[in-house]
Amino acid sequence: MVTLEPAGVRRQALSVGLATALYGISLGAVAVASGLSVLQACLTSLLLFSGGSQFALVGVLGSGGSVWAAVAASSLLGIRNGLYALQINAAIRPQGWRRPAAAQLTIDESTAVSVAQSDDAGRRLGFWLTGLTVYVGWNLMTLLGALIGRSIGDPRTYGLDAAAAAAFLALVWPRLRHRSGLQIAALGAVVDLSLVPVLPAGLPIVAAGAVGLVAGLRQVSR
Amino acid sequence: MSASWTAVLLASVIAFGLKLSGYLIPPRWLEQPRISSALTVLPAALLAALVMTQTFATGRHLTVDARVIGLVVAAIALSRRAPFIVVVVLGALAAAATRAAGWG
Repeated sequence: MVTLEPAGVRRQALSVGLATALYGISLGAVAVASGLSVLQACLTSLLLFSGGSQFALVGVLGSGGSVWAAVAASSLLGIRNGLYALQINAAIRPQGWRRPAAAQLTIDESTAVSVAQSDDAGRRLGFWLTGLTVYVGWNLMTLLGALIGRSIGDPRTYGLDAAAAAAFLALVWPRLRHRSGLQIAALGAVVDLSLVPVLPAGLPIVAAGAVGLVAGLRQVSR
Repeated sequence: MSASWTAVLLASVIAFGLKLSGYLIPPRWLEQPRISSALTVLPAALLAALVMTQTFATGRHLTVDARVIGLVVAAIALSRRAPFIVVVVLGALAAAATRAAGWG
């Protein structure tokens, strides 16, 4: 695995942070279009702070789903953050006030950058830097999106969705050099793709993680 | 309290509870070699799944669109050892250019 200098971790954190934060515009716009006020839209980003869960919440509300369906969809997608938290806790062990702060910042992006680093110092820096960058950017962009609504057009025009995919690929890349990493990654990819048509958005990622965990346990016991 | 407020606040409380739960599990549970080893390979599965979802998923549908071009260009850049930011920007530009050309 490549050992990155702190500057390298910073670049990763900022790149992932910016790519994700720009998506916040669409969340703000969709939330307002779904019937939330600008304040409510901003509170989902300040308090809930998990893109998939937020999109699920406003998506279900916007399509006429009940409060309970919206909360359930949002919460099911949030389970994976608990799984991420286990890993982050093992690597950075936050204490005192840092623990709830770390919990709030535990999302796909901060975890992805953190676990891609090769030592605990890098994992700590990657987690906090990415989490804070995404938090600030995501909230500012949610406000912006909520205020200007759909008039900005589609962020896909700028390839921002592909930027996120490219970022995740760059993060998994060093793990593909080892046979065991390649096997687990291929397994995760296959599980995810086969479950996307079957499960609500976000859950295939949880399933891939769970299968990866089981496969990891089997690899160790062999 | 309106339905929207209930949804926003309740979902936020549950989301935070889920995140916090991972920090409250005793660390010694994770210090067993089996579990810590499994947790070190787990990210490869999660990251690969995130790549797949970000590239091919549109809601519950699998689609092949401009994001695939972005991913291929990103993979080429990575195989040439391009820096992270270059990989991300090239991926976005490739997808944007593909869409501007009228596909995906």
